[in-house]
Amino acid sequence: MYSLILITAARYLLPLLLLFSFFLLIRGHNWPGGGFIGGLVAAAAYTLHLISFEAAQTRRAIGLDPRQLIALGLGTATISGLIGVLGGRPFQTGLWLELPVLGHLGTPLLFDVGVYLVVIGAVMLIIFTLAEES
Amino acid sequence: MSLLWVVLAGFALALPAPWIERRTGRAAGWLLALLPAALTLYYASQIPAVSAGQARLFSMPWVPLLGINLSFHLDGLGLLFALIISGIGTLIVIYGGGYMEDHPQRGRFFAFILMFMASMLGVVTADNMVTLFIFWELTSISSYLLIGFDHGRLEARKAALQALLVTGGGGLGLLAAAILLPMAAGSAELSTIIAGGVHLGDHPLYGLILALVLLAAFTKSAQWPFHFWLPGAMQAPTPVSAYLHSATMVKAGIYLLARLSPVLGGTPSWQLLLGGFGAATMLAGAFLALQRTDTKQILAYSTVSVLGTLTFLLGLGGEKATAAMVVYLTAHSCYKGALFLVAGNLDHGTGTRDVARLGLLWRAMPLTAAAAALAGLSMAGVPPLIGYIGKELLLEAALSSPWRLAATVAVVLAAAATVAIAMIIALGPFWRRAPLAPPHAHPHEAGPSLWLGPALLGAAGLALGLAPGLADRLLLGPATAAVRGEWGDMHLGLWHGMNLALGLSVLALVGGLVIYLAIGALRGAGERLAPLMRVGPARWYDWAIEGLFAVARAQTSVLQNGSLPSYIRRVLLVSISLAAWTMLAHDSNLGFWFDLSGIEAHEATVAVIIMLGWMLTLRAKTALTAVIGLGVVGYAVALIFMLFGAPDLAITQFSVETLVVILFVLVVYRLPRPTIYTTHLARLRDLAIAGAMGATVTMMILAVLSEPMESRLAPYFLSTALTEGHGRNVVNVILVDFRAFDTLGEIAVLGIAAFGVYILHRLRYDPEIVADRPGRRVDHVAAGRPGRVDGENQEGRP
Repeated sequence: MYSLILITAARYLLPLLLLFSFFLLIRGHNWPGGGFIGGLVAAAAYTLHLISFEAAQTRRAIGLDPRQLIALGLGTATISGLIGVLGGRPFQTGLWLELPVLGHLGTPLLFDVGVYLVVIGAVMLIIFTLAEES
Repeated sequence: MSLLWVVLAGFALALPAPWIERRTGRAAGWLLALLPAALTLYYASQIPAVSAGQARLFSMPWVPLLGINLSFHLDGLGLLFALIISGIGTLIVIYGGGYMEDHPQRGRFFAFILMFMASMLGVVTADNMVTLFIFWELTSISSYLLIGFDHGRLEARKAALQALLVTGGGGLGLLAAAILLPMAAGSAELSTIIAGGVHLGDHPLYGLILALVLLAAFTKSAQWPFHFWLPGAMQAPTPVSAYLHSATMVKAGIYLLARLSPVLGGTPSWQLLLGGFGAATMLAGAFLALQRTDTKQILAYSTVSVLGTLTFLLGLGGEKATAAMVVYLTAHSCYKGALFLVAGNLDHGTGTRDVARLGLLWRAMPLTAAAAALAGLSMAGVPPLIGYIGKELLLEAALSSPWRLAATVAVVLAAAATVAIAMIIALGPFWRRAPLAPPHAHPHEAGPSLWLGPALLGAAGLALGLAPGLADRLLLGPATAAVRGEWGDMHLGLWHGMNLALGLSVLALVGGLVIYLAIGALRGAGERLAPLMRVGPARWYDWAIEGLFAVARAQTSVLQNGSLPSYIRRVLLVSISLAAWTMLAHDSNLGFWFDLSGIEAHEATVAVIIMLGWMLTLRAKTALTAVIGLGVVGYAVALIFMLFGAPDLAITQFSVETLVVILFVLVVYRLPRPTIYTTHLARLRDLAIAGAMGATVTMMILAVLSEPMESRLAPYFLSTALTEGHGRNVVNVILVDFRAFDTLGEIAVLGIAAFGVYILHRLRYDPEIVADRPGRRVDHVAAGRPGRVDGENQEGRP
């Protein structure tokens, strides 16, 4: 499908939507949002890109294979849980750091990043599979 | 050093073993053998303490709520087994390095064998019943991987699966016993049970526990009628057969029986079952071994026979029989391990395992011949080797048993057959002329890594025989004491005086010689029994598997018939009936009423939009319109979430709806115009089901709302989200902190589902390509249906 309007819009919307999805991810702990929602928004942004361009271009825009994104996300979430284990606490204990400018930073946020990556990877893997089917 | 690390070390080395193998090449076997050698030294260093009666203990809570501990215990019996496992393990790793020299997957071999060794050490030192069960299952799994090591061959895969199903099935018996035994004995720690002098003979659960333990032990230790998997397991590479299927793993069942004999042993049913099955296995194994001409098959059946003997001795019980069991077990581990390795060397040097094609090899393979002679003499029970002492004790035990005559006849017969088998393996190939020409013109001796193992094992049999005092007080005595549950002195000697046992021993030797010379006639007699073999236990297994597949096919064709509407119909009908039944059975407070007064105008509008959406879907002429209609419903539901204070849910719903519509469009794009395939009547039925589902859900929600809500979780989460979870968004704090473990599971499922979609689309049935690759060939037992992942390398891998 070729549409000049869609292509032009998608080109500007992709970074904006990705920024928004990241914003949703970061604010999730205190306001509506979080890894799952952020991931869905990012996946929707890439899907818009895919509809406007070709699937191969969208793959380049993401940079990583969706399968790797899933693996990376699951790995990140698991590691966030293991950090507590290293200190002798049970798996998935939330640990927090107080930083001057950034505020609270903790393993639950890292976990949410993992969720974010898995959601993007899973949605895009399905969409690419369907869109690239010859 | 803690016992935990001693057990886990093998697992730790198994992981990088393939990498070490690639980096070190030829030296890999010698290098990797350092670990089992160090473990052997560790266990040897424990001998003084253990023989003085100081058992070592390690324990840490694992699942405290269920009373499950990760605990290990080292006493005489465990130490004897641990020394056999780690000592022979050292030789096997060295041998495997040479034997698998040019095998492309040698690294994987090392990984599996080390994993097995660690699992087996876990079995024999486990103290908690559940710990024991887990390591027991790990040995089954590593045995599966090793039997199926040459997974390109159908026979290897079949044999591996057969062994796994038989031993794994018995493992389920052990799991049940691991639950029942602590209930009956008051503790799950074996050392506590045994030290407490508990005997369950009069307990109401005794019969059940005994049956379960015997199921586990008999399957693992290849007792009749489960013996058939062991000869099948000879599909494994020879070092594996030597290690798992003669010296160690098949003795796990014997270990279990020996370990539990202070708790379960000595009763009439114990004596009858172990004595009966043991004797049957002993004689059947010996007879079948004489029928074979493949070296590994002969050794496998002879191992079955010995395992039967050990079970028989445990059934007899008492001081003599227990001592005989311990000595015979030690002797067998040495000579059978050696003979398997000899068989491997013969295969390696001549290219055949057929005894009819092997002859006069002592000149070409002098070291292997010497090792074979030592092991064969020990097996035949010739003085001054340890096998002789074992056989004397065995005969004495039989003579002093309650069923003196029957036991003695059975033991002498088995001993004579063992002598003949020893001659077939250790004498014929090296010192006699072969009846048939060998396939290999120039047989050759193997390198040091190949003769070291059999030579050391053969020499060990001689050393133990010459100086039995080395081992009786320090090792074999404590092991016997552990089996009997009481301490006693043990003095082994070569000379027992001119007694009946000595006479029977000579009789067995002569009988063995006669059998060896008349082997042709015996095999002829065996062939006439062949029709009987075709209905033997191996066929029972086949019938069971075929039956299982027939049931699976029948229920799949009913339940998984491939029609999506029928799946949905069934899911809905089951849900409706379960929910309705629950509500009616529990007399839920269904006295609700429709109070429309509180509904605001904008809420009513959303409800109207939802109804318009589904009407659009129902009336749609094209699939695209139907999808958009569903999208409208989804968005309107998200609006309701928004209105009633669930913004996170609403945003999620909006995003999901958007993506689902896009997904549908991608699929629908390719579909033909929707045609109505169903009859009018069928659609009316579907309408009724859909209506009933809607009504049920509505009633459920109203019923739930009419009950007063008493949640302790909601106030807990609301009050602690900020103080302990450092977040104001309670939903998110629950997801990523309070219940992060659940979420981890959910995202794993999400990823798996995506991979499922991906694989289903990439899977193509192509019989030719499947047949071209032997490694990928799939038979009906190993996998559901042939398949292949397509396009793996063309795209997607940056």
